[in-house]
Amino acid sequence: MTQGRHSGLSSVVKDITRIVAAFIMLFGIYIVLYGHLTPGGGFTGGVILAAGVVLVVLAFGRDFSQRLSLTERAASFCDSAGALGFLVVALLGYTVNTFFMARFIHAQAPFRLFSAPAILLANLAIGAKVAAALFGVFLAMAVWRPGPREGRLS
Amino acid sequence: MTGIAACHLSLGAGRAAGLLPYAVALGLLVIGLYAIVAKKNLIKIIVGLLIADYAVNLFLILTGYRPGTEGHAGAPILTDGAQAARTAFLRNTTDPLPQALILTSIVIGLGIVALVVSLAVRLYEKYGTFDVTDIRKLRG
Amino acid sequence: MERLLPLLVAIPLGGGFLCPVLGKFARNRCWVELLAVLVMALLLALSVGQLVAVDTFAYWVGGWKGGDNPIGISLVSDGLAQLVVLTVNLVGLLAVVFSTSYMRRFTGPGLYYGLFLLMVAGMNAVVIAGDLFNVYVFLEVAAIASYALVAFGTESEELEASFKYLVLGGISSVVILFGIGLLYNLTGQLNLSEIAVALGAMAGDAAAVRVVWFAAGLLLAGFGLKAAMVPFHAWLPDAHPSAPAPISAMLSGVLIKAIGVYVMARLLLNVLPPSAAAGYAVMALGTASMVVGGLLAVGQSDLKRLLAYSSISQVGYVVLALGLAAVLKVRAPGETLVIGLALFGGLFHLVNHAVFKSLLFLCSGAVEQATGTRRMADLGGLAGRMPVTGLCLRVAAMSIIGVPPFSGFWSKVIIVVALAMAGYWTLAVVAVAVSVLTLLMFAKVQRDVLDGEPSACVRDARKAPVAMSLAMVVLAALCLGIGLAVPAFKRHLADPAVTALRAGQGGTPTYPERFRPPVSAERPLAREEVRP
Repeated sequence: MTQGRHSGLSSVVKDITRIVAAFIMLFGIYIVLYGHLTPGGGFTGGVILAAGVVLVVLAFGRDFSQRLSLTERAASFCDSAGALGFLVVALLGYTVNTFFMARFIHAQAPFRLFSAPAILLANLAIGAKVAAALFGVFLAMAVWRPGPREGRLS
Repeated sequence: MTGIAACHLSLGAGRAAGLLPYAVALGLLVIGLYAIVAKKNLIKIIVGLLIADYAVNLFLILTGYRPGTEGHAGAPILTDGAQAARTAFLRNTTDPLPQALILTSIVIGLGIVALVVSLAVRLYEKYGTFDVTDIRKLRG
Repeated sequence: MERLLPLLVAIPLGGGFLCPVLGKFARNRCWVELLAVLVMALLLALSVGQLVAVDTFAYWVGGWKGGDNPIGISLVSDGLAQLVVLTVNLVGLLAVVFSTSYMRRFTGPGLYYGLFLLMVAGMNAVVIAGDLFNVYVFLEVAAIASYALVAFGTESEELEASFKYLVLGGISSVVILFGIGLLYNLTGQLNLSEIAVALGAMAGDAAAVRVVWFAAGLLLAGFGLKAAMVPFHAWLPDAHPSAPAPISAMLSGVLIKAIGVYVMARLLLNVLPPSAAAGYAVMALGTASMVVGGLLAVGQSDLKRLLAYSSISQVGYVVLALGLAAVLKVRAPGETLVIGLALFGGLFHLVNHAVFKSLLFLCSGAVEQATGTRRMADLGGLAGRMPVTGLCLRVAAMSIIGVPPFSGFWSKVIIVVALAMAGYWTLAVVAVAVSVLTLLMFAKVQRDVLDGEPSACVRDARKAPVAMSLAMVVLAALCLGIGLAVPAFKRHLADPAVTALRAGQGGTPTYPERFRPPVSAERPLAREEVRP
């Protein structure tokens, strides 16, 4: 952040990021979606998605990312939503009599996208959670300033 | 499925390259522990913890390796032909379970590192230094 | 009721992730507190239900067992797991009730209750896990939540204590993972009872036996650090006083037991091959903790630091009893009475210590909130100004000293008698001597804090709020109640746990054919859910 705290990096970085960020996100989503077939899955895809978002925030600065609502509040909300989504997928197994069943949706043949539907849904939830959590960690460490006494009211 | 036989350490990477890979992993572990114990800077202690954690992950992965029949490691995909020759399959394909284990372990390490680095940032703000010998308010 | 076993983990996980959302989007912190109390009450009901309605049972996640040599993930619910889960959830509920009033001084209620519920989820999952790697994963979940909770006040001392705790806990996690890797490589199994069977089959192979004991040493050292045993105790006197009082109560009362002592007991008695050397090593750890913890506690001037050192000492009693049982199973397997006594004494003291130590920490939190200090020299004459807190502190002090009819007396007497009957007279004398030390330190606490003339900061102390008093009174009633109802406790709570530990290798009930508890024919054996 060379020109002031909130205006981001130089215009070269901004131009390249405009082109590349969408492909990074697409790659991340691909790794999350095909986690049950190729190496990857929820965690690694989530890390790549987080890297894409962090790139956008670094390149364009905090003001722009606030307008896109890439804030700590959104990160915390997506974090919790992802975890609760994973829990819902797990608890849906109770409808077919056991916890965390893999068969509550009819499955296709092996090596197709829907060949393991519960794992797919779980990967999606975990990908969202990990992306939001790592983005939140980045925000917490990079934009945190020692403010008025946090942690205690009195 | 026939029983999973008791595996000794020589069946892992040991069969392919002797004990050298294990020695490297254990050497990394010792380096990490040395950094935790002997270094005075908070960040170096954190790096030591990281190195030790990854060294044990490396050790776990190495134990899962099995050199395959064509000179490279076999991928553990259970196709129809492999169902019939199960013992040979078990002996020639790498064990996928340690890989799943260390994935989880790496995520745990990430969580720990995120927490400890933010603790170190706040400690710097409170004490003004990263030196462990100065951060000594708690005694006795 | 059996199918509800995973809910012991799922419910606090869900609650733990709902709390930050509620905390950010709700105006009033009452919603978050209500959610936390509801979740813990539900967990307590579930754990009581497990204790009452379920016999020894193994639950396969996903209904998938994986064939003859099971490779599925299992959760076990036998006597020992049910007892420890009940203790964890009970102390957790009372700590949450206490926190609703104590944590008003802090910001971020959503984060606090979220981390608290995650810690409880981790502890529950460690206790009911049937699978060595699940133990490690949920141990880490609980431990990381506790590192963050110790640092919750973000003052300089708390950050320093949390950093030290984190680094030492991180080292122990590395050591534990190393041990798990070695055990997996040797046996090819991660399921606890399968590992036990495979290790038993390996007894003849000398090279494998050496590796088994190396891995066992690593695991016992790692879990010994989590249980704050003496060579590895350095983190506890800094971490427990610096945490907020309800978190200190949880850490000292249940965390070091659920993820430290419980796993050590399972490994030593149910998984590893029976060995006198391992038993002696554990007995040595226990004795050293008892003595060193007691000696270091007597000279402390800070109330919470004294309580932390006395935790080390009391957990030493429990570990000593467990080690004694392990040694006797090899050296004198016919002495079933003494082995049963040692196990009963150890488990009884575990539950008692959870109750009275958390009560002591909650009282110290109430004292600190009212007077603003933890130094005992500055306190005095509190009994007149804060009657409820004073009475609860006295009850807890008498219980930990071992005054009849409070619960602490019975468990200490049983441990000392078991040591004497097994022939370890010096250790029995040492246990009694440490008990005298405990008497000294808590007489000092009572004299400095409760009796005498009210000092300056005590004169303006107000009584503790209702929520805090309620939690303390319930725990004090438990101290007295368990002491008065020891036979009932033994029959319903402790005996199934002792049976589970005594069954030895293959005692974790994932394999119904291999688990033969010494019970009568009317009690059904383990059932399992297997997909047809």
